[in-house]
Amino acid sequence: MCLAVPGKVIAIHAHDDPLNRIGTVDFQGNQLEISLALVPAAEIGSWVLVHAGYALELVPEDELAEIWAWLETENEAAADLPKEPIHG
Amino acid sequence: MAELEALHARIHAACEGRPQLRLMEVCGSHTMAIFRAGLRAMIPPNLELLSGPGCPVCVTAQGYIDSAIALALRGVEICTYGDMLRVPGEDGSLALARARGAKVRVVYSARDALLLAKDHPESEFVFLAVGFETTTPGTALAIREAAQLGLRNLRFLIAHKLVIPAMCALLADGSARIDGFICPGHVSVIIGLEAYRPVVAHGAPCVVAGFEAASMLEAIALLCESVASNTRCLQSAYGKMISAHGNAMAKQVTDDVFEVSSCTWRALGKMEQSGLSLREQYHHFDAARHYGVDLDKDAEIQGCRCGEVIQGKVEPTQCPLFAKRCTPSSPIGPCMVSSEGTCAAWFKYADRRESREDRR
Repeated sequence: MCLAVPGKVIAIHAHDDPLNRIGTVDFQGNQLEISLALVPAAEIGSWVLVHAGYALELVPEDELAEIWAWLETENEAAADLPKEPIHG
Repeated sequence: MAELEALHARIHAACEGRPQLRLMEVCGSHTMAIFRAGLRAMIPPNLELLSGPGCPVCVTAQGYIDSAIALALRGVEICTYGDMLRVPGEDGSLALARARGAKVRVVYSARDALLLAKDHPESEFVFLAVGFETTTPGTALAIREAAQLGLRNLRFLIAHKLVIPAMCALLADGSARIDGFICPGHVSVIIGLEAYRPVVAHGAPCVVAGFEAASMLEAIALLCESVASNTRCLQSAYGKMISAHGNAMAKQVTDDVFEVSSCTWRALGKMEQSGLSLREQYHHFDAARHYGVDLDKDAEIQGCRCGEVIQGKVEPTQCPLFAKRCTPSSPIGPCMVSSEGTCAAWFKYADRRESREDRR
């Protein structure tokens, strides 16, 4: 349930309250509106680790390869998962 | 591959000639990933991997499930993560309640529940707020936003839990000996490495692992070496994702909305300081308070040993229901329902498990 996957921030929708800041995050072509409240340093082009609609942390680019390798193996079990890229 | 072989050799070297060594992975995603990578077949026979209480669905008390079903049947629209849908209560599941006409919606995020409530002021919504430290900040942010919007038709049935008190309770209980913990990756992104100090102080080394085979094997190697050298290590095998103190913003928003309280866990019972409840200024969002439901009741399912499974006391194959009356298509206990439940993993990867019996 604590599954989190990386996505790339491709747009940020400004908000007066930084805790209501939302961004469009691209997950390998699937784009979702994600809260960026917990990652104030995120900007367009940043990679973020997303869990249940909330970005938890920035992902350093050199960590991505390892995470992708893991997600590849996850595909084996993908038939068990819902169509959404991640869930809570 | 050379990296995996080197890790493999380190694990065997550390375990050689030693008495049985028992490591617990706390996270349900690790349980699945360890099976998927076939790691159980790679470790020496005197090393045992136990699955712990790290699947939020599996540790949710029966009273919570029953309350959620009762609210659904009363006409409240339930918003839930998909994992909770098929967990059996005393009388059916949320999925069955939906089949009987109750409104139960699977949402991806706490914020989706907020948007639904905003768009449908004529309906009453309850969001099933379960999960560990990874999930809680999202609930906190949704509650904060609901307060800003003045929403009066959305409430939260809170069962958020804290990992550290559960780990300490398992060590204090002592009935399942645990020599070290493979700590959850994404919980640790939020709470940080230093949060595990109390567990280490209880005598168990802690290493945070990522979900890739090399990261999990490295965590296992570090733990075996730590036990062999009688040191209590606290470190991360999840690269740069884990900091000493975690995500300060996430911890702050959680602390703004919630306070630490006692909480009832399936099988582990009521544990002090092991869960979260809403601070007074947010009490009007508390579904349990509003609808007067009792979340503390825990009942055992007859014959089901999920409670002992999540404490590492028995393996799924020791349960009389496992793979007989209880299967993923017709689950009886929560560990078989959840896609990350220990029993579901053992069932799915029957060819890759090495049970205690097999290893003798």
